Amino acid sequence: MKLTRRHTLMLAMGSAAAAMLPMASFGATEDAIAAFTGGAEIGAGGITLTAPEIAENGNTVPIEVNAPGAAAILVLAAGNPTPAVATFNFGPLAATQHASTRVRLAGTQDVIAIARMPDGSFVQAKQEVKVTIGGCGG
Amino acid sequence: MAENVTPRVRVPRDATAGEVITIKTLISHPMESGQRKDGDGNVIPRSIINRFTCTFNGEVVIDVTLEPAISTNPYFEFEAVVPESGTFAFTWYDDDGDVYTDTKEIAVS
Repeated sequence: MKLTRRHTLMLAMGSAAAAMLPMASFGATEDAIAAFTGGAEIGAGGITLTAPEIAENGNTVPIEVNAPGAAAILVLAAGNPTPAVATFNFGPLAATQHASTRVRLAGTQDVIAIARMPDGSFVQAKQEVKVTIGGCGG
Repeated sequence: MAENVTPRVRVPRDATAGEVITIKTLISHPMESGQRKDGDGNVIPRSIINRFTCTFNGEVVIDVTLEPAISTNPYFEFEAVVPESGTFAFTWYDDDGDVYTDTKEIAVS
């Protein structure tokens, strides 16, 4: 195949668009985390996020979060058009800081859970979910 | 406007004092994300349930903020401790201002 000027331009535009897409979403995820933590350090451990490794249908992906003693848990999907998924606030009668629900995932991506502990510290867990059919009706 | 919204909740009928019980809730709702387009390419406006709360005799068990990434027919499973006989109250808040509620009695033996 001869590489004409038109082909070269199209290739360049395509790769530029591909490079920009995940970047935009990444920034939104950072903002959502900062809004929740107020810029505090995030540790690891003390929180588990259970999600399937492979989800056939991105429209209903069962997830489970468990962070013993947490005051609140924020769930984010880093690769969605809007990364926020849900925030669980636990009251005095919550027996365990454990909850499960079903979420939409636009494509293969990391799901992130961040727990706020009563002492003001934060811990996070992350898991990649491979999605066969995306859940945003695109 | 969401139609035919029916909350369904599963709570055990009785428990012993201080017992930990599992509660499952499901509400039929389209949870239109505001990302989808109809056949003519117009964006379908967002229409979701944005908050769900569960209280027992007025004390909070769980308070969840929902975003468009929660699936159609939002489902939640969580655990509560039951100190005495009373009523679990479940409330869902819709974007359009509607509030859906359900209550379940539990008897402590």
